[in-house]
Amino acid sequence: MFAQLVDGIFWDIALWVFAIGVVWNILSIFRVGNKPDYSEPRGSAVAGAVATNLRRFMPRSEMVSRTRLQVIAGYLFHLGLFALLFFAAPHVLFIEAQTGLGWTSMPYWAFIIAAQLSFTGLLLLWVHRVMHPVTRLLSDMDDHMASILTFIVMLTGCMALVEAFEGLRVLHRFTVEILMVYFPFSRLMHAFMFIPSRAFTGAWFGRRGVKA
Amino acid sequence: MSDRLEQGLDAMRGQMDTRVMSYLSSCVHCGICADACLFYTETGAARYTPIYKVEPLRKLWKREYTFWGKLASSMGLVKPMTESDLSDWEELVYDGCTMCSRCSMVCPVGIDIAYMIRKVKEGLAAAGYSPEGLVEAGKRALEIGSPMGVTLKTLQATIRVQEKETGIPIPLDVEGADYMCLFSSGEIAGFPEFIGSLAKIFKATGVSWTISSEYFEATNTGVQLGNSRLAATLVERVVSAAEKLKAKNVISPECGHAYTTIRWDAPNIIGRPLPFKVVHIMELLDELRRDGRLKTEGIAGEKLSYHDPCNAGRRGGVLDQPRNLLDMVAPDFVELPETGAMNWCCGGGGGVSSNERADALRLKVFDAKKRQLDAVQPQGLVTACSNCRHMLEDGLEEHDMHDIELLGITELIADHLVEETG
Repeated sequence: MFAQLVDGIFWDIALWVFAIGVVWNILSIFRVGNKPDYSEPRGSAVAGAVATNLRRFMPRSEMVSRTRLQVIAGYLFHLGLFALLFFAAPHVLFIEAQTGLGWTSMPYWAFIIAAQLSFTGLLLLWVHRVMHPVTRLLSDMDDHMASILTFIVMLTGCMALVEAFEGLRVLHRFTVEILMVYFPFSRLMHAFMFIPSRAFTGAWFGRRGVKA
Repeated sequence: MSDRLEQGLDAMRGQMDTRVMSYLSSCVHCGICADACLFYTETGAARYTPIYKVEPLRKLWKREYTFWGKLASSMGLVKPMTESDLSDWEELVYDGCTMCSRCSMVCPVGIDIAYMIRKVKEGLAAAGYSPEGLVEAGKRALEIGSPMGVTLKTLQATIRVQEKETGIPIPLDVEGADYMCLFSSGEIAGFPEFIGSLAKIFKATGVSWTISSEYFEATNTGVQLGNSRLAATLVERVVSAAEKLKAKNVISPECGHAYTTIRWDAPNIIGRPLPFKVVHIMELLDELRRDGRLKTEGIAGEKLSYHDPCNAGRRGGVLDQPRNLLDMVAPDFVELPETGAMNWCCGGGGGVSSNERADALRLKVFDAKKRQLDAVQPQGLVTACSNCRHMLEDGLEEHDMHDIELLGITELIADHLVEETG
């Protein structure tokens, strides 16, 4: 009965809340608008927006030694999560069943490595968040909720793949649904909003001829 | 809710735009910006973390612009903002930030934190939480035309001295000159030889220029305070002076803040394009060099380095021009570590040097600059900002680094101009 709900109505609700929530959130930000910039540009805003979006995937060389932990943990977590989300065999099959689009999944050993890297990254980031005076000062309930929910989703996902037990699959999908409902109203929105954020800064500096 | 709190919050509501909301929606509180900020690296105090300085704006956004915030507010589940949400941030924003934008260059999600700190200043200024030193500077700017109280008589006296020293007449109120030059009060009072250097260079290169007696101040205390109305009034004075003299170009002097304000911010402050082109003096000199009109001879024998003023360089894009000019006269030039767009601020920008309350803190955070200088040990440090130069003087004095000579780039070039023959 619970499995039917999770695979049926709960999933539908989570999907709609996620989709509508994300779109509503983005629209509510963009409908406010920005004032026009009347200054005479020195460089291209568009080129700046694109370049900064790409450039910020890499840390500035001047910052590497001071932020090594956040940078390495951040890469481990995000790359591992990306691999798990889009290349874990059950996810590939699920996406294919839902959309008709399929691609090659990663082998089991790669899944294990991706999961380990991702867990390591997430745990390091969370420990840093709790231990470091700066992140401890900045962090609020939303930061911790986002970390804990993501951790639970990853944990149940790994358990479900390692142990081919239907109950674990349902539990994983249920936690994913909770995360999807939480996502649009939380800091997890950075997964979408980092693009306009980088673009605005890149465009602003680009007009001034500065590589940001 | 008190009137001043409501005025402050209203001013911040007026600053909320898509750019700010995108930034606030994408911040993951990673804290990386702290390691780019000299106020954090040199004091170790977490409260100086750049993104923490925009907390009043974030709180307002979360309560009034987000789903959960609006829901919780409507149900009375969140505490309303109080005056301490503004008053407690005054010191952080005005004393503990030079708006240098180094944090904006490193944020992984691309947040321009300095842009948001400027917005927070609007709220604090509207609520009356601004340092007395800056407020008084603002009053002088409005009433006298200069934040330091430099009057037209002072300028005229300075011009007379420079004319005598250089033997070159300095043009005042010449209608139709190609360039109208602005100065910062700090320049007129502290480095008047800059004006004489301009006279020498412009005579040698055949540039037609003038100074307006109606308005000659380049800095804008309104921007430093976060008072848009004052900022607009001061910008309009520049526009009016340039229009009266029919100047097609306005020269921003060696002042980073002045350049960013008049070149990039001014059109947006008054809501229309400027009726003239703005060039930083470095841009003009570099253009004259490119055209073969600016010729130098001899070299500066010392090992020189260059301090990038944050507003001219990182926020203004004047990065290559001073290096091209130094290349003409300084063969033993050495870059500071972490230079150009990632240069460390001197500690006196963004109005901090006009805020006496912040004196001890700005000298403390100068340690970042000291580390850079210790790494390359130049004999001379060149810069293109009179405010930086004042701060560097204070910092070098504080650290007994008397063996480093401070130089303005325009004067350095003027000292090496090809002598006229015949």
